[in-house]
Amino acid sequence: MLDKRIEKSPVPLKKEDFASDQMVKWCPGCGGHAILAAVENVFPRIGYKKENFTIVSGIGCSSRFPYYVHTYGFHGIHGRATAIASGVKIANPDQSVWIATGDGDSMAIGGNHFIHIIRRNIDVNILLFNNQIYGLTKGQYSPTTPMGKVTKTSPQGTIEHPFITAGLVMGAQGTFFARVPDNNVKLMTEVLYEAAKHDGTSVVEILENCIIFNDKAFSPVTSREKRDENQLILRHGEPMIYGKNQDMGIILKGTSLYAVKIGIGGITEKDILVHDQFNPDPGIHRMLGRMIGPDYPVAMGVIRSVKAATYDDMVEEQINVAKRSSNIKCVDDLLNSGDTWEI
Amino acid sequence: MAKQKNILELEDVVVKFVGDSGDGMQLTGTLFSDTAALAGNDLATFPDFPAEIRAPQNTVAGVSGFQVHMGQRKIFTSGDMCDVLVAMNPASLKANLKWAKPGATIIVDESAFDEKGNEKAGYKTSPLEDGSLGSYHLIKAPISVLTKESLSDVEIDKKMAEKTKNMFVLGMMYFLFQRNLDSTLDFILKKFSNNPEVVQANQVALKAGYNYAETVEAIVSTIKIGPAPMEKGRYRNITGNIATAWGLLAASERSGRPLFLGSYPITPATEILMELSKHKSLGAKVFQAEDEIAGICSAIGASFAGSMAVTTTSGPGLSLKSEAMGLAVITELPLVIVNVQRAGPSTGMPTKSEQSDLLQALFGRNGEAPMIVIAASSPASCFHYAYMAAKLSMEHMTPVLLLTDGHMGFGSELFRIPKVAEMPEINPPIAQPREPDFKPYRRDPVTLARKWAIPGTEGLRHRIGGLEKTNIDGNVSTDPLNHELMVNIREDKVMRVASYIPEQEIFGEDSGDLLVVGWGGTEGMLKSAVGHMQKAGHKISLAQFNFIMPLPANTIDVLSKFKKIIVCELNNGQFVKYLRMTHPEFKYMQHNKVQGLPFHVKELTEVFTKILEDK
Repeated sequence: MLDKRIEKSPVPLKKEDFASDQMVKWCPGCGGHAILAAVENVFPRIGYKKENFTIVSGIGCSSRFPYYVHTYGFHGIHGRATAIASGVKIANPDQSVWIATGDGDSMAIGGNHFIHIIRRNIDVNILLFNNQIYGLTKGQYSPTTPMGKVTKTSPQGTIEHPFITAGLVMGAQGTFFARVPDNNVKLMTEVLYEAAKHDGTSVVEILENCIIFNDKAFSPVTSREKRDENQLILRHGEPMIYGKNQDMGIILKGTSLYAVKIGIGGITEKDILVHDQFNPDPGIHRMLGRMIGPDYPVAMGVIRSVKAATYDDMVEEQINVAKRSSNIKCVDDLLNSGDTWEI
Repeated sequence: MAKQKNILELEDVVVKFVGDSGDGMQLTGTLFSDTAALAGNDLATFPDFPAEIRAPQNTVAGVSGFQVHMGQRKIFTSGDMCDVLVAMNPASLKANLKWAKPGATIIVDESAFDEKGNEKAGYKTSPLEDGSLGSYHLIKAPISVLTKESLSDVEIDKKMAEKTKNMFVLGMMYFLFQRNLDSTLDFILKKFSNNPEVVQANQVALKAGYNYAETVEAIVSTIKIGPAPMEKGRYRNITGNIATAWGLLAASERSGRPLFLGSYPITPATEILMELSKHKSLGAKVFQAEDEIAGICSAIGASFAGSMAVTTTSGPGLSLKSEAMGLAVITELPLVIVNVQRAGPSTGMPTKSEQSDLLQALFGRNGEAPMIVIAASSPASCFHYAYMAAKLSMEHMTPVLLLTDGHMGFGSELFRIPKVAEMPEINPPIAQPREPDFKPYRRDPVTLARKWAIPGTEGLRHRIGGLEKTNIDGNVSTDPLNHELMVNIREDKVMRVASYIPEQEIFGEDSGDLLVVGWGGTEGMLKSAVGHMQKAGHKISLAQFNFIMPLPANTIDVLSKFKKIIVCELNNGQFVKYLRMTHPEFKYMQHNKVQGLPFHVKELTEVFTKILEDK
């Protein structure tokens, strides 16, 4: 559900209503441009008044984002966008709060705030630009860089086990997780709309190409030639079928998922798992989030979207209860409460 | 029938309750102080407890204490040495005897001074028997045993009965000072309302202690302290941390901006966080963050979103917040940072007080990041300075750092209750909807404050952040001259606050032989020492600074009229360094103490006397 607290625009809004007068300074070919396009598509569709969007960011290429959208915007410091945005949303729940962050910003320097905003389920939307590299500092490895990758700070290849974003988000009890490639703006727009509707922290991981420092890192999954074979686009209530000929699928056998070809070994369409993004049990969602080539396709779309009370709603509720039940209605009441005496 | 006792009338008395961490000394001391306040005494208190929650029982490491200084005159400090020491076990006597005045009255729980207790405290022989306390007025009472006996008719287990011994000794003290038991009896009734046996046990123990003291021969006289002359009004007792929390709430109400606190628990600042958590009925939103950085960053977000934002911490937490403080400076958002100082560096001595974060407060950020710095000077004054911090921050659109310390945070004194409507107005420069040609860094020509444009307001969409911006328009800019302009504006904005703060006051004559300079929490100690010497005829005055950055407009005038200046601080000389930098035309002496302890009046008068004697 879209948030009823947030006032809707009395007139339909257009993409142009959110166009910024700033020059977009991302590199030509950067995945950021597609994300910007998707956000400009989805904000008018969400339909809140244009003054009711706030975008908060940290540091890095991703975090220039607030300058490129005409909303209230706050460009913070490295790793802290989630903490700053928590304050914005709790203080001002009538805002639709969006966070633009990168893999380093959210999962390295900002890792602590990232897991805690998710755990609290504060009603914000996180756009996680994952390009598996540090771009603005020119090419050092990040917490999501695959092991063995040669970068400027790993000349012999990294010796770190990377985070799988979905695993981290669900480990932190995330209530909404989606993944999209940067070259499918249509899917991204749909998913961002779903994220906006979700009550609580939504994390949308965007596999973003860094054309300068990590070009084609995702091309085995996202390129025109490979995408049909290596992407599973999840839709709630539909079987998990993929492939150019729509003949591949995911089954559950024992406690594991397997990628299978329909028609081989007696597998029929009925054996294919049907996606339930609302299932409170994170078991299948976690397995879907961890799927990786060459044995599996990479899951795209909304993987998990479950209901849970949000921190910001509960704050308001506690305040309302206290206002109704407390004898202390103003600071004068407080100052004169307890033991006092006249001299 | 007890023998008639003498009455000893005293100007002021310092009482210290000491015992094991689990003996309830903090509660005993608090109740004793509240009763003294109700009797009209002026007072100041200070709790002294170990960092460990439950150190090994009956050891010196686990001693917890509570000191109260009460008088029929104005009381400035919680006192140096005590006139009456109440020691519940050998370890607490061992740890505190050095703080008892020669000839002081010492009340001990004799039952605790057995072989095992003495040994745990490190006594080879019992101090009650070996004559080592011969110069004191020793009152030995088998408190634990008597408490248990007095409760023989109450249905309560042995352990609980033992726990009420603090009420027994409190009862004894009430007799000694001829206090009324009613407010304490009432407190017990309310506190344990769910448990009638516990109410009965505590009340019986309190009365039994009172009656015992009346009959025992060792107590030959009672002490009378009359009411202190005080300004008319309604009063209460308050600690510095509570006063800070309430001052912030008052500023929120007066300004109409809802309070948001983003904070992380840290000794000795945690009580402010706990206190504000209780006041959701006043609309206060309290966010216990995952760390110090998230505490301040959430507050900055809340400030951007239109709240009166606060973060509270102590030294190590202030270090963690440094980068974000710079963010608040460059975004020109209001934010109150409360630093309840403790002894450092690093973890240092968390429960001990010090004034050693001043230079960090003034200069501890990257880049040119000027910040208003204010210091409160006593527990009750925290209310006023927290209020002023919020007022200046919102009206001038820049962060304010408020320095208090553990000593005043935990300590208490009497507080004359103000009326919120009579406090100074707070008028934040809030941008109005559809303001024509709104620009994020357009400024008030006098204060240089930009406007607070709150998300949700029509026609004010804008972006701010940690990157340097052009003045007025607020676009990202690395233009060299613009950067220099912005650096200078931010500095100038803070310096102009000097026109909005009171002039520096002088305690004593405004010229003379020696000016004692202090800042913040040493006010009571310095005032006592300077007042003492003024009475003895010396030409000595005190300037206790509360506004540090900027300094009051008349600072040069204050400093220029004395033959000598000495700056006294509980650090290695931080304010004096700042004065040497800002006002190098004067010569400063310095007196410093870095022991996690307050100044003692005696040590100060010795230092001042020596300076006055040196020609």
